[in-house]
Amino acid sequence: MTFDALDTWWWPYLFILLGGWLATDSFRFLGVYLGGRLSETSEVMVLVRAIATAFVAAVIGNLIVFPGGELRATPIALRIGAAAIGFVTFLLVRRSVLAGVVAAEIVLAAGIMLTM
Amino acid sequence: MWYRGFMSIEGDIPTAALRLRWFFRGALKTISLPGFLLAISFVGFSGLAAESGFTVTQVVFMTGVVWAIPAKVVLIGAVMSGNTLPAAALAVALSSVRLMPMVVVLIPEIRGPRTPRWVLYALSHLVAVTSWVLALETLRNVPRNLRTSYYFGIGSTLVATNMVVVFLTFSVAEHLPPLLSASLLFLTPIYFLTSLWSSSRERSGKFAMVFGMVLGPGFHTLLPGADLFIGGIVGGLAAYGAHRIIRARSTA
Repeated sequence: MTFDALDTWWWPYLFILLGGWLATDSFRFLGVYLGGRLSETSEVMVLVRAIATAFVAAVIGNLIVFPGGELRATPIALRIGAAAIGFVTFLLVRRSVLAGVVAAEIVLAAGIMLTM
Repeated sequence: MWYRGFMSIEGDIPTAALRLRWFFRGALKTISLPGFLLAISFVGFSGLAAESGFTVTQVVFMTGVVWAIPAKVVLIGAVMSGNTLPAAALAVALSSVRLMPMVVVLIPEIRGPRTPRWVLYALSHLVAVTSWVLALETLRNVPRNLRTSYYFGIGSTLVATNMVVVFLTFSVAEHLPPLLSASLLFLTPIYFLTSLWSSSRERSGKFAMVFGMVLGPGFHTLLPGADLFIGGIVGGLAAYGAHRIIRARSTA
């Protein structure tokens, strides 16, 4: 049964519900079930926090190294360099997220205009 | 008596007016850099969905019921390549495994002494990276028995706002100039990179960021589809191990 299998108005919505909502919220609900059993200060929680953080970090890494859309056309060295400069700026300027984002964007935009 | 005032903050059942006030504080918290960056990411997502042949109602519906952007991108990709419903659901499920540990971390933080379980299940639907990072940064300043109201304010405002963003930008998102489009796409990873570093409160979290960022792209070409999973599990275990080794050395 594919997305175009039935020519009715409701089939795409049922497809999104079963293939999207159920597949995603199952893991959120499993997290509630397991999270209700753990204290936020327990040692297991330190491990779970590390795994959750590493998951998000893997998403960040992929968005920089293997991006989509127009960003894919830019050189990989430019994206990694811009991210690194943004991160160092963030550390130097009182841990300001805004300063880091602005620095990274300036480097990226300058790089795009010079190379393309 | 002073302790009665203290008790009403930490232990008693809060009044509806107090709950509403903290709901709005949560909602206002989303008018910030992360909220803005998420809306920008949704403009990009909207363009992707429009190019893929979905209707605007289907995409707004998908935003409300799935919410996490990576899961929706995987769902659209699976539909585009003609996958069957079970195959699409499996791919989306794999991309959503990472939400489980995030919810496990959040639940003990937002749970009050008398919070019913159904409230936690309902609130978990709002968990995605932005609301998670925003909540972990600010929850410690929220009274324990009002944290569910506060998180509901953050999460529901983000979902509702971005359903509107998708609706409004659906027809224009694919026609942006390339330089603007590339800059917009770069905002999200840099924002997550810096804000996640700020919200990770222990050494193991900082190790986890470094390992995850290297392992995710490292396994992207080796084992496509399992890269996030390996980056998360192996990166997280290695970070915890490194943290244990350093702690053992410093106390020995």
